[in-house]
Amino acid sequence: MDVLGIGVIVAVLVVATTIGLWRRRTDGMIRDEAADKRKRAGLLAAAGLEVVELPDRKSPSANAATAAKAASGAAAAAFHGGVGVGGAASKTADGRPGVVPDAREEPGVVEENSPDASTVGESLDQGLLDRLGVGPAPVTLLQFSSAFCAPCRAVRRVSTEVAALLPGVQHVEVDAESHLAEVRELNIWRTPTLLIVDAGGHVVKRATGVPSKPQLIAAVADLLPEA
Amino acid sequence: MELDPRGQRFAAALTSAVIILVLATGSGWLALAQAVVFAITALDPRKGPYSYVYRALILPRLGPPTEREPVAPVRFAQTVGLAFLGLSAVGYLTGLTTLGVVAAAFGLLAAFLNAAFGLCLGCEAYLLIKRASVRA
Repeated sequence: MDVLGIGVIVAVLVVATTIGLWRRRTDGMIRDEAADKRKRAGLLAAAGLEVVELPDRKSPSANAATAAKAASGAAAAAFHGGVGVGGAASKTADGRPGVVPDAREEPGVVEENSPDASTVGESLDQGLLDRLGVGPAPVTLLQFSSAFCAPCRAVRRVSTEVAALLPGVQHVEVDAESHLAEVRELNIWRTPTLLIVDAGGHVVKRATGVPSKPQLIAAVADLLPEA
Repeated sequence: MELDPRGQRFAAALTSAVIILVLATGSGWLALAQAVVFAITALDPRKGPYSYVYRALILPRLGPPTEREPVAPVRFAQTVGLAFLGLSAVGYLTGLTTLGVVAAAFGLLAAFLNAAFGLCLGCEAYLLIKRASVRA
């Protein structure tokens, strides 16, 4: 028996379990782009100044989770009843002006974003959207996939189902490998990545991994125009 | 051609066990044997040795699969495994034990993540490698 080898086995298994559990927790989470951008900017500033302190974290608001749940409930109800989807959801969001993105990013909670669409995400230029084959639509589910990607299939299934259920939602799947310039521009690091793009070409939310169908419906319902 | 994903999880579990044995015994020949298994499976996943074990012992107890997965990701993952275990075998057999241990450790990491969490590390790294290596 090799003592070094045994040590390596134990170390690798501990590291692998940590990675696996972390991935299971974060996989498919639909994150808010604007909040993410602020977080990244904070991290960069901290790194640039060589300050060790963590970036500013907003106090996690209990309202955020409640509002998200209410919105998703409203969306589901509206979806079943055929009543104004976006209207019900956005009223909930507007009714709570104090709602801030939950910095803790709990799985299963779709982050609320600012009601002012112009401040959310970056606006993609028309050329980029054309190269990716994204036509105009109220909401686009823009999926980046690759050939060696088993979960991409699951994302495709969920996205096409949501696109079929909700009018005004289109699903566009792009092969990441053949669009590397766009992949770099959009900060895509792994497949599957799903971007939720609004009518104005803003990337409002993104999910890496496989989001659940209710989460995706709730996230998309916020963006649909009032029926 | 599509595969039973449970067969791949089983193969990954068996692979993890073999690599743990490689690390525990420091046997370069066992690493080489696992590398050969990876090579055969990469060529045709249904003809992989572990696949035969799965079909003979496990599949009859589980019943037919409810879903299937495409073959390309599996072949790619097996090729990544072949690279690590091949390197590990070379390391152990030529006396470069550190190389053998490090390469086997990466192989174990990937195989265990696949077996326990269904996470394919090679597939995840694929886009990263493309991003880094291809100038658009």
